[in-house]
Amino acid sequence: MPRSITYRQALNEGLDEELAHDDNVVIIGEEVAEYNGAYKVTEGLWNKWGDKRVIDAPISEAGFIGMGIGASMLGVRPVMELMFFSFAYVAFDQMMNNAATVRYMSGGLIHVPIVVRGPANGGTNVGATHSHTPENIFANMPGLKVVSPATAYDAKGLIKTAIRDNDPVYFMESTVLYGQEWEVPENDEIDGGELLIPLGVADVKREGSDLSLIAHGGSVITALKAADHLASEHGIEADVIDLRSIRPLDETTILDSVKKTNRAVYVEENKPFCGVGAQIASMIQEKAFDYLDAPVVRVTSMDSPAIYSPPLEEIQIPYPELVVNKALSIC
Amino acid sequence: MATKTSNSTESQFVKAEINQKLSSEEKVEFLRTMLRIRRFEQESLRHYQGDKMGGFLHLYIGQESVAVGTIALLGENDHVITAYRDHGHALTVGMGMNECMAELFGKATGCSKGKGGSMHYFAPDKNYWGGHGIVGGQTPLGAGLAFGLKYKGLKGCCLCYLGDGAINQGAFHESLNLAELWDLPVIYIIENNGYSMGTSQVRSSAHPPEGLAARAIGYGMEWDIINGEDLYEIRAKTKIAVDRAHEESRPTILEIATYRYEGHSVADANAKKYRTKEEIQKYKTEHDPIQIWKTTLLAEGVITEDDFKALNKEAGDEAKEAAKFADESPFPESSSIMDDVYWEVDENTESGRTGRHFFSD
Repeated sequence: MPRSITYRQALNEGLDEELAHDDNVVIIGEEVAEYNGAYKVTEGLWNKWGDKRVIDAPISEAGFIGMGIGASMLGVRPVMELMFFSFAYVAFDQMMNNAATVRYMSGGLIHVPIVVRGPANGGTNVGATHSHTPENIFANMPGLKVVSPATAYDAKGLIKTAIRDNDPVYFMESTVLYGQEWEVPENDEIDGGELLIPLGVADVKREGSDLSLIAHGGSVITALKAADHLASEHGIEADVIDLRSIRPLDETTILDSVKKTNRAVYVEENKPFCGVGAQIASMIQEKAFDYLDAPVVRVTSMDSPAIYSPPLEEIQIPYPELVVNKALSIC
Repeated sequence: MATKTSNSTESQFVKAEINQKLSSEEKVEFLRTMLRIRRFEQESLRHYQGDKMGGFLHLYIGQESVAVGTIALLGENDHVITAYRDHGHALTVGMGMNECMAELFGKATGCSKGKGGSMHYFAPDKNYWGGHGIVGGQTPLGAGLAFGLKYKGLKGCCLCYLGDGAINQGAFHESLNLAELWDLPVIYIIENNGYSMGTSQVRSSAHPPEGLAARAIGYGMEWDIINGEDLYEIRAKTKIAVDRAHEESRPTILEIATYRYEGHSVADANAKKYRTKEEIQKYKTEHDPIQIWKTTLLAEGVITEDDFKALNKEAGDEAKEAAKFADESPFPESSSIMDDVYWEVDENTESGRTGRHFFSD
């Protein structure tokens, strides 16, 4: 029987394996070393790898993220933890102006093999400043790659690939998912001896013929729950497509699904205006217009800053019943 | 800004070991490089005014001694990064006038293939990492280059230049904290030309009475203040910081007093309004780093007036040739707009071929 580990443990294994794989990999972030990680993603790594490879940074995101970008230009492969991806906004100039554009502005003379990772989700009652989901913002910037795994399996396979990638990868996790367990094979059960999932390949998490529920990150889990409900209560069988990587984007898997089901719903925690779903909806209508039997619709966070009040935040971000109702509106 | 007139022959720093062992050839080379920077920029200004280039042009004229005096001290594992006033540093690290001028003209033969422009010159093969447009944005990168050197176990340092107007950016202060906290071999060189764009230092920066660099005290960091018109002083004091970086892996802030003759950029409509014409003229006649170094070398018998004229003409001719090269070079192919965005795509790796990377038609 395959083992199950948490999303957090899967990331930890991926980081540990990449520290072993390449001496240039260094983990830097607030509380990642001696504290063992604010969310325990890096637990045990400082004990194992020591001060050189796992480094506690002061609360200074613009400084240490920019420092990581500079080091990566010299061939270091920093994996920078943001305690919350919301704190990326403190380091925005470094992440957008430097990491994303230095390759282009140098005419291809420089590249920036950095990973910036951390949780980007709402639903934990921490208010608007700690609940941002900036996948769409960073995916808007050419030069950047944006990844958002939904399961432990994907988290491990994608973090390893992200660290080996030679472009900047912003890797957005979820505090809600950290404690959830999924089957993740041991390395000796895998061809090639390790779990590597390419960026730019979506995953069909559930198969159905009536509807395509397309999502990324934690919303994939919401979509899966909605799909089960649609099947059991309404006899509607949905494909659930998990983007896994937002940029690069696997359009083929999305379009194959929509051409089969003729109906599409995008589910995400982003705000609606120029969210990831807006890009996907635009792409579907352009490339699969003749296959559509209904408009492409989106389920997003309600269009206000994240609210604190726990029962209200539950209904501010997508939940299964909301997805079910949206799906029924076009089925 | 300079506070005194000096003739480097009288400089107490001429006796510094690093200056005592200078050969005549090296001294002439400093003069040659300063003249090349000045002629290059004067030539570029003519073509900017002739509508051969777009955007901004931030000229370094008046500040040449800073880049030349500091960069000449560097060795194999030493690196340089600066802000947008980057032509002087580029030529000093050994970039050619042709590729630098062609970049201004937006040509395919430019150092960044026409993708960066005046503010974004790069030459990693010469340990030159830009050329950065956002004020202060390069300062964490400079710490990162130093971190990379230390991580790889290389004995080197990073000279990270910034203007006096950049010292109030948060990223700079965060960089100082990291540099001192982690003993990074980075040397922050504040090129203090007295003005952050049109706002004088007095109106923009609070600092200890000793100077801007004295803010280092707050971080427990070493610092020094340098008269930028004295190449001997620049070399003597910068060498101390370089040695500190090499031998102790510790950072330094150096503040070098200098002056820019032109506006913040060529587009600075108020270049002669926020300061007096007399002030500019005083610097040109009494504090010009090229004239002062020329006087020094004449007094030392290293060059003659004719030598100077020849060097000056040579630099001017080279700049004119560079402009001709730039003018005659082709613009980049439109297809190049989509190159150099992702390493993996450019290298046609499996990663670069997987998934959609670009979303325009």
